[in-house]
Amino acid sequence: MHIPDGFLSTLVAVIFWGFSAIAVAYALRRVGKDLGERQVPLMGVLAAAIFAGQLLNFSVTGGTSGHLLGAALATILLGPWAAVIVLTSVVSIQALIFQDGGLLALGANLFNMAVIGVTVSYFVYTSVKKLARGRSWGLFVGGFLAAWLSIVVASLSAALQLALSGTSPANISVPAMSGIHMLIGIGEGLITVGALAFLYSARRDLFTPVGSSPKGGALVWVFGLAIALALAVLSPLASTHPDGLMWVARQHGFLDAARAPFYKVLPSYIFPGISNKAVSTIAASILGTLLVFGVALGVAYLRRKKVV
Amino acid sequence: MDGRAKFLLTVAFILTVSLTPMAAWPIYILLFALVLSVEILSALGIWYVLKRALLALPFMLAAFPVIFTVGQTTLFSFSLGAWTLTAHSEGLERFISIAVKSWLSVQAAILMAASTPFPELLQAMRAVGIPRLLVSMFGMMWRYSFVLVDEALRLMRARAARSGQSSQAGAKAGGSVLWRARLTGGMAGSLFLRAFERSDRIYVAMLSRGYDGEVRSVPLPPMTSATWAELLAGLACLGLLLFSGILFWG
Repeated sequence: MHIPDGFLSTLVAVIFWGFSAIAVAYALRRVGKDLGERQVPLMGVLAAAIFAGQLLNFSVTGGTSGHLLGAALATILLGPWAAVIVLTSVVSIQALIFQDGGLLALGANLFNMAVIGVTVSYFVYTSVKKLARGRSWGLFVGGFLAAWLSIVVASLSAALQLALSGTSPANISVPAMSGIHMLIGIGEGLITVGALAFLYSARRDLFTPVGSSPKGGALVWVFGLAIALALAVLSPLASTHPDGLMWVARQHGFLDAARAPFYKVLPSYIFPGISNKAVSTIAASILGTLLVFGVALGVAYLRRKKVV
Repeated sequence: MDGRAKFLLTVAFILTVSLTPMAAWPIYILLFALVLSVEILSALGIWYVLKRALLALPFMLAAFPVIFTVGQTTLFSFSLGAWTLTAHSEGLERFISIAVKSWLSVQAAILMAASTPFPELLQAMRAVGIPRLLVSMFGMMWRYSFVLVDEALRLMRARAARSGQSSQAGAKAGGSVLWRARLTGGMAGSLFLRAFERSDRIYVAMLSRGYDGEVRSVPLPPMTSATWAELLAGLACLGLLLFSGILFWG
């Protein structure tokens, strides 16, 4: 899922650099407020742990193996902001030292794995946990779904970035990437559940929520925007590539169903934007998405000012 | 060479490669010559760099379908079961361009990573304005990733020792896939826990050495005029290549 350099057009790469920079800067502030001076050692060492954790694998069958990526695990254990920082460190170091993902494409990779992966995990996990009302199955079901969905949605986002860059046609790359990652996600989900089960019996205190109330606001926005982006891009692509339409629609409906509870604040905001863009070209949708993001970032900025 | 100049030039090189229009073959060759000459000068061994640059190759698969979907000029077509695939020359051009571009970029990144000590890279990141807090986290992560990778390897060795790995082909070690996944999860969990506790100890150790939450670092040494000259010459060279690329093939 680490996109190398050369696969993204410069415009797409730069735009996603912008998004990621904003998200990471904001997360850095939040974490700084919560953790204070403990921040540097804790985040640094945990990032190293996630990095090392990616080595752990188990053989599935015939030479293939599943291994951990860790977005969901980090989110569940550390909360969303810290997880964004930890994954940012991991993905950046991988790009800088191991050429696992390009430097110019790093913005997009950060966006997929640190921003999308974490927000998706966070929302799935907290909602399932709320449904379970504190019973322990919520932890495991939520953990599994969060891990699985974070992988699938992150790969979907990567596929769309490739499609936007004209590197890979959407009607092929979207189903191919998501299809593969739906399988990879199962491995991720199983390991995540295993890890959670271990930690639940060894250190139950890690799971007691600490001041979780004010975290939602801005994140809802970021998340809503991420999905808005996905949908705004998906719709025109779906209409220009009829063969992909069936599949995209299914994915689309699937995403909607998965998100339904959170959309109470957002639908009036998202859907007009989509229906306007459904007929336009991909270029127009980039522009439209930018506008949407601009407005929403403005709103988020105002909100942040209020919070501080 | 100064790490900062190297960092900037690498980013500039990758940016140039990315901005160069599709199918500007002579420019690609010139860029390749540039990166190749640096490879030779760096004494890393060309094969080392070229071999590592193959790393990004599997990703080419993602760009492969573009051959069949972009453009009008039919190159050849063949049928695969129920589908008839038609390759277009524009698509092929684009595919090869993407492949070459990513190969060039990866080489530049490898050159930088392999020829710059990590502390210098951190310095370079600070010099280009990446927040100090983030840079110090990167540094911390880099330092402890070796420790934790060792930890992970110990966990894996322990698993291999206990679940009876078989050298016989096809014989599975341990239980079912589910069992193995759960076991790996347990390993991930315990790795995480150890990291958590280690970070506590590190924090206490830092406190006892006078850490007060402020990340302090050695002030950056000033760039020498020779470094400036190298940097500007490199940038001018890349700019020229980019300009001619856009002028003639854009």
